Amino acid sequence: MKTDVSSRVVDKGQKQSHFTANLGSRYTIDRIFKYAAWGATGVSILILVWLLVTIVADGIGTLNWNFITSFPSRRAENAGIIAALVGTVWVMCLVALFTVPLGVGAGIFLEEFAEDNWFTRLVEINIGNLAGVPSIIYGLLGLAVFARIMQPITGGRSVLSGSLTLSLLILPVVIVSTREALRAIPNSLRLAGYALGATRWQVIWSHVLPAAVPGILTGVILALSRAIGETAPLIAVGAAVFISFLPEGLQSQFTAMPIQIYNWVGRPQEEFHYIAASGIIVLMAMLLVMNGVAVYLRNHFQKDF
Amino acid sequence: MPTPLPSTSISEVSDSKTIALQMEKVSVYYGSNLAVKDVYLEIPEHEIVAFIGPSGCGKSTILRCFNRMNDLIPSARVDGRILFDGEEITGKRVDPVELRRRVGMVFQKPNPFPKSIYDNITFGARINGYQGNYDELVERSLRGAALWDEVKDKLQESGLGLSGGQQQRLCIARAIAIEPEVILMDEPCSALDPISTIKVEELMHELKERYTIVIVTHNMQQASRVSDRTAFFNAVATDQGGKMGYLVEYNHTQDIFSNPKEEYTRDYVSGRFG
Amino acid sequence: MTDNVTGDIAPGSWSPKRDRAKAIQTIVKIIFGSFAAISILTTIGILATLIFETIEFFKEVPISQFLTDTRWTPLFASKQFGIFVLVSATMMISVISIMVALPLGLLSAICLSEYATPRIRRILKPMLEILAGVPTVVYGYFALLTVTPFLQIFLPDLQGFNALSAGLVLGIMITPMVASLSEDALYAVPRSLKDGAYALGATKRETVTSVVLPAALSGIVSSLILATSRAVGETMIVTLAAGANPTLGFNPFVPVMTMTAFIVQITKGDAPYGTIEYKTLYAVGMTLFIMTFALNIFSFWFVRRFREKYD
Repeated sequence: MKTDVSSRVVDKGQKQSHFTANLGSRYTIDRIFKYAAWGATGVSILILVWLLVTIVADGIGTLNWNFITSFPSRRAENAGIIAALVGTVWVMCLVALFTVPLGVGAGIFLEEFAEDNWFTRLVEINIGNLAGVPSIIYGLLGLAVFARIMQPITGGRSVLSGSLTLSLLILPVVIVSTREALRAIPNSLRLAGYALGATRWQVIWSHVLPAAVPGILTGVILALSRAIGETAPLIAVGAAVFISFLPEGLQSQFTAMPIQIYNWVGRPQEEFHYIAASGIIVLMAMLLVMNGVAVYLRNHFQKDF
Repeated sequence: MPTPLPSTSISEVSDSKTIALQMEKVSVYYGSNLAVKDVYLEIPEHEIVAFIGPSGCGKSTILRCFNRMNDLIPSARVDGRILFDGEEITGKRVDPVELRRRVGMVFQKPNPFPKSIYDNITFGARINGYQGNYDELVERSLRGAALWDEVKDKLQESGLGLSGGQQQRLCIARAIAIEPEVILMDEPCSALDPISTIKVEELMHELKERYTIVIVTHNMQQASRVSDRTAFFNAVATDQGGKMGYLVEYNHTQDIFSNPKEEYTRDYVSGRFG
Repeated sequence: MTDNVTGDIAPGSWSPKRDRAKAIQTIVKIIFGSFAAISILTTIGILATLIFETIEFFKEVPISQFLTDTRWTPLFASKQFGIFVLVSATMMISVISIMVALPLGLLSAICLSEYATPRIRRILKPMLEILAGVPTVVYGYFALLTVTPFLQIFLPDLQGFNALSAGLVLGIMITPMVASLSEDALYAVPRSLKDGAYALGATKRETVTSVVLPAALSGIVSSLILATSRAVGETMIVTLAAGANPTLGFNPFVPVMTMTAFIVQITKGDAPYGTIEYKTLYAVGMTLFIMTFALNIFSFWFVRRFREKYD
């Protein structure tokens, strides 16, 4: 029970209080508000749990070594994910190959070299805008440019076209995280290098970049984990849904895990839904490992300056 | 320099005035750090009491005990007895929300809400269930803060559009709109230019008629200009490398500045440290 | 510093190859600058392909028909191209998703920034991040095979493919985005402003709703607009759960077809270059791009225009 301090003033007759603070009902609303805030957070997390439990429950039964090592089949019990798994690994490696030099280089340019001129500003605004472009639009770009115009090089609807498309999609993410990692390196390190007569690039190459590697790597891994979870752009570029061979080269046709899962979910037979869930478990496990590595790098190698 | 022991016996108000605020052996901790130790203090009604002292001596911390703003800092803990009109205000039995309606506060940096001038004034009144006419309240409060003539034609404009000095007077108007008995001022002029400072100081003289005012200031001239009594706080270094504040001397302002009893006070008011 | 000066002050064993170092630096700078330019090329590429094929499309289908037809049948013998059929489905699903994400995201943001202790916050934030990292095809699975059957218990009229499930799950997907961006905005409200409210005798809820939320409003609104843009462009959930049945109207219980679902339907098959299907793809893509781009620009403008400046 709280003492009502203001009523005492009225009792003393010194001052007429013009306030009826009505704390009881105010605190009731406070409590409701607080429960609503916690409730909303709880609901979001419960739905996450619901989603994960459903998928594990649906997919664990059909998840076995046979499933991992088999090619897709018209019969759900024989179908496996090996083509999609290998396709995803291909895509991931190619995307890393393209985005690491390009993204890190562009990040270094913007953070360390660029003067404040029209070109820099244009690039910065542009990167901000690209982040808001739906991924399916990148797919349409990939379809027109990589799969059609550059067909002699890419082989059309190939693993190379798909990887190039996803590379463009995550390039802004890699650039931004590279810049953040570089920004976290204190200026004193750069000044120490300049004071010894090094050029800007010498300082970056031998001091700044090594110190920023964990941060950059964290960003790259997170960007890659986004890339391998993407479905729509790969469908648009023309990833195949039924592939019974592994990619043999850059121009090879391919499929990827999200595509395979999409295909299985879309089938009317219930058995395919179970193996879709099994595929989701494999995909999510991969993402979990990548995110775990990223978090580990961030926590253990990022020096505190 | 020997570590001075906090004085305890000099804090009482000898003349027969009604005491508005009173502290008995108040200590404030942040986590396990003792920030201010054993403060005894009596603040009479309708006076202006200034807290002075070097930075880190805990004067703001002590000020924030009177409206329990320290409750908002999870690690803070207040020991001892604090009385307002003779009633204890610490502990679970007293609701800080209710207390703060009666003990207003003005902060170091003007912090008007991102609302219109009108809504800035009426916010506190609205939540506290004010029964009277809001237009009158706004005019009365703004007049009380000597701001009415400057803003009466733009009450619906944002409070953030005013100058720094006007913003601070808006914050004073906002504080007096909920008809408090005490107004706490935490370095209210430190972010203001000299002309705005003078305006706020003049305002304080008028406000004194109706309110008890406690002001923290780093400016000794300001303390001597505006206050009736002055409390001088000092800090000593603790073993953990922090600072522990304590009340050195509390007396009529005139005595503190012209005839201090403690050597530290003398050194401080004559500008030898701090 | 030029070479001969260096020579003067550093005689003997010092022979720094400064010209070479500088040449390397210049080359590196040019290369990296061209890497940065790739992002601009990407934008140009997107715009160029969309515009080029859209022009080709409008050579065959008059723009008036595109905007006013009430049927969408590009694969039928009698082709009609009423884009509003697809736009209405996209809008309906986006509105449903925002009706989920606004309360959930905003209240979660308030919970994280105002009510959760730092320790609990450190647990909750990564969980919301997991929610944000779930691939969209997984959400599609969830919407089609879990949420729809679940809703059918209460809503027997709900069809197997419907806008409702897709919208609800899409809302869950964008909730972490709303929560995270709104929390940033709430976090940026200065402590002094909250203190000012508390000092007037406001309770925590009064401080949050009357002072913190209005002060963070520009950031919150902009996060909602960005989330809407994400919802408009989302593909897999709507493709899997909302169906492929272009119907004009706003009935959330029946199958519909969004712009993104149409793009998937066409590209999944083999739409040869030069056919009307192929061109339609880009006309729809252009419409989608314009809508999301407008939302992004609006969000950016909104923050700039309405942000309160505190120093």
